[in-house]
Amino acid sequence: MARRMSQVVLFNVFNGLIVGAFYALMALGLSLILNLSGVINFAHGGFLALGAYLAYTLIPYIGFWGALILAPPLTAALGLVIEWLLIRPLYGKDPLYSLLLTFGLAYIFEDVTRLIWGAQSVPFQVPAWLMTSLSSQYFFLTGYRVFMMIIVAAAVGGLFAVLKYTRLGMRIRAGTRDLDTVSTLGVNVRVLRSLNFGIGIYMAGLAGVLAAGLLGLSPTIGANLIMPSFVAIIVGGLGSLLGTLLGGLMIGVASGLAAVYFPSATEAVIYVMMGLVLLVRPRGLLGEEGRVH
Amino acid sequence: MSAALVRAFNAAICLLLLFMPFWMGAIGGYTELATRIVVMGLAAMSLNFLLGFTGVLSFGHAAYFGLGAYGAAMAIKYLGAGTIPAIGLGTVVATVAAMIIGALIVRLRGVYFAMVTIAFGQVFYFIAFRWNALTGGDDGLTGWHRLPIDFGFARLDIFQNDKAFYYFALAIFAICVGAMAKLLDSPFGRSLIAIRENERRARFLGVPIEWHVWFSFVISCLFVSVAGALYALLNNFTDPRALRFDLSGNFVIMAVLGGMRSFWGPLIGAAIFVALQDYVSSHTQNWMSVIGLVFVLVVRFFPRGVLGMLRSGAKA
Amino acid sequence: MANSNWRARISRRTLVKSGAALAAAQFASPFVMSARAADPVRIGLDNPLTGAYAANGKNELVGCQMALDEINAKGGILGRPAGLVVEDSSTGDAGTAVQKARKLIDSDKVDFLLGNVNSALSLAMAQVSNEKGILQIVPGGHTDAITGASCHWNVFRVCNTTQMEAAAVCAALIKQYGKKFYYITPDYAFGHTLESGMVKAAGALGGERVGGDLAPLGAVDFSSYLINAQAANPDVLIFLVQGDDMLNAMKQAVQFGLQNKVHLAGSQQEMEPLEGLPPEARIGTWVLEWYWNQPGVPHVAEFVEATKKRTGRVPTARTWFGYVSVWTCALAAAKANSLKAVDMAKALQDFHLPPEIALGPNPAFYRAGQNQLLASLFVGNAQASGSAPDDLFHVTEVVNGAQVASSLEESGCKMTWPT
Repeated sequence: MARRMSQVVLFNVFNGLIVGAFYALMALGLSLILNLSGVINFAHGGFLALGAYLAYTLIPYIGFWGALILAPPLTAALGLVIEWLLIRPLYGKDPLYSLLLTFGLAYIFEDVTRLIWGAQSVPFQVPAWLMTSLSSQYFFLTGYRVFMMIIVAAAVGGLFAVLKYTRLGMRIRAGTRDLDTVSTLGVNVRVLRSLNFGIGIYMAGLAGVLAAGLLGLSPTIGANLIMPSFVAIIVGGLGSLLGTLLGGLMIGVASGLAAVYFPSATEAVIYVMMGLVLLVRPRGLLGEEGRVH
Repeated sequence: MSAALVRAFNAAICLLLLFMPFWMGAIGGYTELATRIVVMGLAAMSLNFLLGFTGVLSFGHAAYFGLGAYGAAMAIKYLGAGTIPAIGLGTVVATVAAMIIGALIVRLRGVYFAMVTIAFGQVFYFIAFRWNALTGGDDGLTGWHRLPIDFGFARLDIFQNDKAFYYFALAIFAICVGAMAKLLDSPFGRSLIAIRENERRARFLGVPIEWHVWFSFVISCLFVSVAGALYALLNNFTDPRALRFDLSGNFVIMAVLGGMRSFWGPLIGAAIFVALQDYVSSHTQNWMSVIGLVFVLVVRFFPRGVLGMLRSGAKA
Repeated sequence: MANSNWRARISRRTLVKSGAALAAAQFASPFVMSARAADPVRIGLDNPLTGAYAANGKNELVGCQMALDEINAKGGILGRPAGLVVEDSSTGDAGTAVQKARKLIDSDKVDFLLGNVNSALSLAMAQVSNEKGILQIVPGGHTDAITGASCHWNVFRVCNTTQMEAAAVCAALIKQYGKKFYYITPDYAFGHTLESGMVKAAGALGGERVGGDLAPLGAVDFSSYLINAQAANPDVLIFLVQGDDMLNAMKQAVQFGLQNKVHLAGSQQEMEPLEGLPPEARIGTWVLEWYWNQPGVPHVAEFVEATKKRTGRVPTARTWFGYVSVWTCALAAAKANSLKAVDMAKALQDFHLPPEIALGPNPAFYRAGQNQLLASLFVGNAQASGSAPDDLFHVTEVVNGAQVASSLEESGCKMTWPT
C-alpha cells in the first residue's frame, strides 16, 4: 500500500512538472510583455485560442508538424499588427488603459473565434504515434506529454538563449531595467517593444497548439489558462523570467501533490501559494526590488 | 466649470434619477433596467473613489461587490433578516475583508497592485464556487427573495412593486453618494487628490500615503459592497459570477467611459454601458464583440470619457 | 459555422413578416414595440448563445424555430401567429438570465418562457416565472430539483432527470462490464447530484463505488485523477464531467491507453461534445436522450431531413428539446383553449405528445403532479465511425423513461397550485 502510494505521488509530481511546464510557457509570454512594456495582456488567452484554431485549420493541408511550425508565427504576426495599431499608442500612459484595451480584445477574440469556427468543440488530430503511452507501468507518460515537455524546454531554452546571446535579447533585458537609458543609447524603442510583444505572442500561439492536443478545442480554451499564468508571475516574482518559469513549475507540482492528498483542492492550492508568497515575500520568489512601487 | 454650472448639472442628474422609471419606459426600457443602472452606477462611482480620485487602479472590486451580495443573500436566507439588516451584514463582511486585504497590498502600486487585486478577486470567486453547502456553489444562492419593509407606520412593498424597489435603491444610492461627496470635499479628500496627482510630492509634504490609500480602498470597497447587496436584492439571487474579474473590468470601463475625473462620470458611464449591453445582447449573438469594441474605442478615442470630453469642449 | 439563419428567422425582438418598414422603425426607436396587425403569441427563449453552452443553446434554438414554422403553417396558436423572442442568458451568469427573463416577461410581455441549458439558471428563472405566473418549459436543464424538490406548477421539463439517466445506463454497465465503479465527478452542485444518483442506481443493482475524484470545473489536466482511477482497479471508469471537461478527460484517458485496462463510460452524453472528440477517443458507454438514427421509427427521418436542410447537420437531442418545448406550448394552448398559464398547466397533466413530435419508439408524456416528460433514453456506445458521417453513436438499447423514473414521492416534488 505504501509502495502504491509513493508510486502515485511520484506519478503526480512528475505529471505536475509536465503541466507546470505548460503553464510556464504561457506565463513566460505574458511576463515578457509585462516586464518590458508594462502591459497586462488580458488577451493572452485569446491569442492562445487563436494559435490553436489556426493549427486546426492548417492541419488538413500541411499536417500536424507543419501546423506546429506555422501557427505560432502566424499568431505572432497578428499580435504584431494589434500591437502596432492598438497598444503602441498606450505606452507611457497609465497601465489602466492597456489593461482595459486587452480586456476588450479578449472579449472580441472569443466572439470572433466562435463566429469563424463555431461554438462547438472541434476535434484536433494529433499524430497517432504520439497518442500512446511509452510504457505500461508509467502509463501517464504518453508520447504527447513527453513531446510537450521537449517543445516547452526547447522554446524556453530558445527564449533564454535569445535573451542572453543576441543583441535583441540584450536590449530587451536592458530595456526591462531602464528603458530611458536604452532609448538614449540609440535603440529604437518602438521596434524593440514590438518585437518583444511578438515573441510573447509567439509563445502564446505555441502554447495554444500544444493545448489543443491535450484539451478540447473550443472558443473558451484560453479562458481557464490565464489565471494560473497570473499566479505563476506573482509567485515567481515580477520582473524575473526565471521566476516566472519557476512559478509555473511550482504551480504544476503543487496541483499534482494536491491531487494526491486533497483532490478537490487542486485549483485552490495555487491561490493559497499566491497568498503565502504575498504575505511572506511580496515581491515574489525571484522578484526584483523596486518593482512594487 | 463654474459653481453655478456644477449646481445646475447636479440638479439635472437628480431630476433624471428621480423620474427614471417613468421616462425609461418611453424609450423602451423598463423599471428593472433603471434599478440596474442605479446599482451599477453606485458600484462604478465607488470604484472611482479609488481610481479616479486617489489614482489607484483596482481590477478586483467585484470581489467586494460579490461579498456584499452574498452577505445580504445569506442574511435573508439563513437568518431571516430584514432588508436593511441584510444590506448591513453584506457591507460589514465585505468591509472587513477589504480592511484585511488592503493592509496586505497597500505597498504595491500600478500594474502589480492591479494584478494582485485580480488574483484576490479570484480567490473569493473560488471560495463562493466551492463552499457549496454555504453558498450554493455554482448554482448560486436561491430560494429567497427580498421582503417588504415594515417601517411601523408604513409598509414598503419592495418585493412585488418594481418601482418601490427602484426608489428604495435610489435612496440608498443617494445616501452613499452623498457620503462620498462629503469625504471628497474634506481635507482627507484633498489629500487623496494630491496623492493622485503626484505621490512623491505628497509624501514629501508629509501625507501618510499608505494610510490614506488603505482608507480610500476600504471606503471604496464599502460602498461597492452596498451596491452588491442591492444587486442581490434586485435579482432575488446571487451567484459566483458576481465576484468574477470580468465584472470588475466592467466597473472600470464604466468609470472611464463616463469620465474618471468627474464625480458623476461613472454614473453616466454605467447608464451607457448597462443600457448598451441590454440592447445589444437582445439584438445580436455577437454582443461580446460589441462590448469588447466599446472597451477598445473608449481607450483609444475617449480616454477621458464622456464628461471629460464635454468639459474640455466647454473650455475650448 | 455561423448560423446565418438566426438573424433572418428571429427578425430581431419584434415579430413581424414585413421586413423593411419595421427595420427602419427598429433602427430609429430601438426599444419601442411597433404596432402590428394581428397580435402574435410571443414565446420567450432565454438560453445561452455565448460561452461554453453556446452550441447546445443554439441547437435548441434551431429546434424552436422549426417547431414555430410548422405551427404557423398550421394556423398558429389559437388562430394567432406565433413568434419567438430570443435573449442570450449567457452560459453561467444567473444575474443575466434572471434579468433577461424579467425583460421578456415585463417588457416584451411574452406568453411563455423557455429555458435554460444550465440547470442553475433554470432554477433561477423558475423562481421568476413562478412569481409572475407564466408558463415555463425547460428544454434542457437536467438537475433533478427542477421537477423535484424545487418543482412549481408552472414549470415543465422536456429533458430527462439525472436520476433517469443514471438508472438507464447503470443497468447496461453492470450487466456487461462489472460492478466496481470509479467516478470522476465535476466539483459543483450538479456534479455531486450526478454522482449520488449514479451511486444509488448502481447500488440498487449490486454495484460498488471503489473510489472517486472531484475535479474542478474547467480542469485542464485530468491525469492525476486518471492515475488515481487506475490505481483503484475498477471495472468501469465513470466520467460524470460534461462538455469540454469530458472532452479533455476522454482525450487524456485514451492517450494513457486506459481503455485497454478499464471500461470507460459515463451518464449523460450529447452529440455536440462527441463531435469534438477525435475518432480514436470516441469510445465508451453513454446514454443519449434522443438520437437521429432511429431506423423504423416513423416521422424521424422527415425531422432529420428538415434539420439538415436548415443547418446542414443532423439534429441533436438539443434540437429535439427545443422542438418539443415550442410544440408543447401550442398543443397545451389548443387543448386548454386558453393562454392562461393555469389552464394550460392543467391541460398538460399526463399529456401525451403525438408521434410526429415524440419522435421515439416509446410514448412521451408529461407526468401528472411532476410536470416531467417521460420518453425514451438511448443507451449505447460512442463509435469512431458508423453508417453515415454523423453516426457517432451505436445504440444498444432504448430504455423506456417511464420504467426507470423514480416515483413521485421519491422525486420530492410537492406541487401547490394557485387558488
